[in-house]
Amino acid sequence: MIVPMGHVFILAGIIFSMGLVCLVARRNLIMTLIGVEVMMNGAAIAFLGASLRWRLMEGQAFMLFILAVAAAEVAVGLTLVVNVYRRTGSLDPDHYDILKW
Amino acid sequence: MLIQLEAEVTLHAVLFYVLGLIILVATGLAITRREPMHAVLYLIVAFLGTAALFFLLGAPLLAAFVVIVYAGAIMVLILFVVMLFRQSSRELGQPAAWGLATLLGVTFLAVIVAMVLKDPGGNVVLQGAVAPPGKFGQFLFDRYWLAVEIVSILFLVALVAIIQVGKRRGTEDIEK
Repeated sequence: MIVPMGHVFILAGIIFSMGLVCLVARRNLIMTLIGVEVMMNGAAIAFLGASLRWRLMEGQAFMLFILAVAAAEVAVGLTLVVNVYRRTGSLDPDHYDILKW
Repeated sequence: MLIQLEAEVTLHAVLFYVLGLIILVATGLAITRREPMHAVLYLIVAFLGTAALFFLLGAPLLAAFVVIVYAGAIMVLILFVVMLFRQSSRELGQPAAWGLATLLGVTFLAVIVAMVLKDPGGNVVLQGAVAPPGKFGQFLFDRYWLAVEIVSILFLVALVAIIQVGKRRGTEDIEK
């Protein structure tokens, strides 16, 4: 016996909301990406808790795909951040106004 | 098959709560640091705790993957990109943004907690089980081989995008 399933989901929910707050509040693009990573972490914990609850390996398989998508997402996102930093010299999204005229 | 909540405190339960506390504290510290470098270091702690939690939840292969991919590869990648930026990338402190965002997060969390507490299935005590890595791998390639191939195509597309976007060509006229 480990813990009630609700506790696993509440832990996942707290982690997900922390990532959401980080994503919305921070004005640094790196911290925004970190917020997305934290949110994916929370989703992965929920998937594994459900996988253990119903004794199905599908949840673990989905967790593996979440991992793969997170890796691809952070690589592309960091490349975009580096590119936009080269163009504007800033990491603050408010300074990105090249497309304005 | 509802089992009431007051099961005796087992070692597994203690481990779960300790690991959950570690993950929460490390994540909370990570998202509030001013310097992205410190945030990434705290996040590595959070991901190592997550890996231990996955091991506890019966997924040893995924625990190893989290250590290798999340804590090992992704965080080191972010760390190196943070080092690329010339100036220390301090953000402009905007205290107003924290208030609204925290309100949003707390509301979201309250909805989640209410939903979980309302659900009668939430009291079911999880029984320990483990998916052996060999069985899991066979299951994955037996049932989800197409998704695995799609993920490899996703990586290929991401690689092409990174090479194209990361090129220095064509930016000299814009930067000063």
